[in-house]
Amino acid sequence: MSAVMITRKVRKWEKLPGKNTFCCDGRVMMARQKGIFYLTLFLIIGTCSLFFAFECPYLAVHLSPAIPVFAVVLFLFVMAMLLRTSFSDPGVLPRALPEEANFIEMEIEAANGNVPSGQRPPPRIRNVQINNQIVKLKYCYTCKIFRPPRASHCSICDNCVDRFDHHCPWVGNCVGKRNYRYFYLFTLTLSLLTIYIFAFDIVHVVMRSVDQGFLNTLKETPGTVLEVLVCFFTLWSMVGLTGFHTYLISLNQTTNEDIKGSWSGKNRGQNPYSHKNIIKNCCEVLCGPTYPSVLDRRGLMQEDSPTLVTSEGPCSFDNPVAQTTKTTAPLIPNEHTPEDVKPSIAASAEKSPSPKEDHSPAPKLPPLASPETDVETSIVKNH
Amino acid sequence: MGLIKDTFHNLQELRNSASLANKVFIQRDYSEGTTCKFQTKFPSELENRIERTLFEDTVKTLNNFYAEAEKIGGHSYLEGCLACVTAYLIFLCMETRYEKVLKKIAKYIQEQNEKIYAPRGLLITDPIERGMRVIEISIYEDRGSSGSSSGSSSVSGSTAR
Repeated sequence: MSAVMITRKVRKWEKLPGKNTFCCDGRVMMARQKGIFYLTLFLIIGTCSLFFAFECPYLAVHLSPAIPVFAVVLFLFVMAMLLRTSFSDPGVLPRALPEEANFIEMEIEAANGNVPSGQRPPPRIRNVQINNQIVKLKYCYTCKIFRPPRASHCSICDNCVDRFDHHCPWVGNCVGKRNYRYFYLFTLTLSLLTIYIFAFDIVHVVMRSVDQGFLNTLKETPGTVLEVLVCFFTLWSMVGLTGFHTYLISLNQTTNEDIKGSWSGKNRGQNPYSHKNIIKNCCEVLCGPTYPSVLDRRGLMQEDSPTLVTSEGPCSFDNPVAQTTKTTAPLIPNEHTPEDVKPSIAASAEKSPSPKEDHSPAPKLPPLASPETDVETSIVKNH
Repeated sequence: MGLIKDTFHNLQELRNSASLANKVFIQRDYSEGTTCKFQTKFPSELENRIERTLFEDTVKTLNNFYAEAEKIGGHSYLEGCLACVTAYLIFLCMETRYEKVLKKIAKYIQEQNEKIYAPRGLLITDPIERGMRVIEISIYEDRGSSGSSSGSSSVSGSTAR
């Protein structure tokens, strides 16, 4: 007789830390606040619908049928870019698992040496030299990693994002390494669409007013007024934003670096990531390789919940060993830990040995983040 | 498929006859920028577990794979432009170059584990499982139970130790 185990298949996205929301069983990844994103959708779809309803019939007949066709193509491209930016993983860096976090902690302790009690330990910074420029890598207390160069922690999504540009509420997601080019194409094509609609609205009003008079035109196509209003305000912001990002791309800088002034000013040094050639920079950002997501949102996690044991047989079912790992893993102080607790935490971190050796009957199934589960998942992936 | 099942069994045997002692994390080398590259510095924990040259070869080969995946040249431009023109819908049916190289990397790591690392009681974890931040190498200590019949061929080397 043996214990009966129920295995519930859980996908990895359900267990991801951070403040993202996931849809379609992990295929879609967005920030929590999506209100402004819905507004963006509404404005774009609404304005285009008005354009197709009011202006296009007239323009197709009186000018050319190519006009609405091109508008449709532009509209579809804008929507594709917007959805791609909003729904994809911007380049989130997964948090360090307990063993990696401990390893880094011990390296830091070793590097710091003995800090006299009562004194603050030095800030956690690693210096690397990139293209003859010293770049400081900061330690992220939330993710427990030293952030790679150009990565930054987004407080809204509570994730470290690689090549972090900014968090855009209009698309409801962070803009980072993986979706920057879609974001740029979105701003570019939306600017073009806005200019296009604005221009043809004016053309339409002028043409019709010649026949029917201005007021009659407005009575027949009331949507035009709304469109012109929306387009007018959108135009300035979108064209400005596109221009700004074109400038950033030509210098291979992120919005984050620009705001912080990392590479501007005499004493800051030069941007080590720039190829010093505008075309090369543009090509790298826009036509570079498409980076894969390292999150594996749709991978399966094995979660076993044991039910009744019918005998005292030799088989030992697995307890959630992950919990025991958590309780014995040394606490790592973060910026919220009160000052007086920090030295004691650091002391206990040094004293506690590797947790697994102390444990009693070697668990049949190792804790979640062990090579076994990794090998399993990687083998599952290979099929 | 059979080979993979065998490997899995063999690695399972390794796990059953050995216990995890330690993990070493090979960090990223950022000296050339943000491209994916790992440090080839030999960690002291692996001192008497594996030959230096074997380890360095593995890391250098991995670095070459990643360099190939991230290379910016004619092929990546073509892929980028083609994808852009089709509003990136082409990626629904086509695999990107990076994904192809990642598959090669997974196969290479599995091969290395089977042939070189598992017999020495080590196991490499694919960096993509750790967010491409580190190469995690798990070090196993043999429990020394020579009575147990570990009939697996790939770990027969470890029972002799």
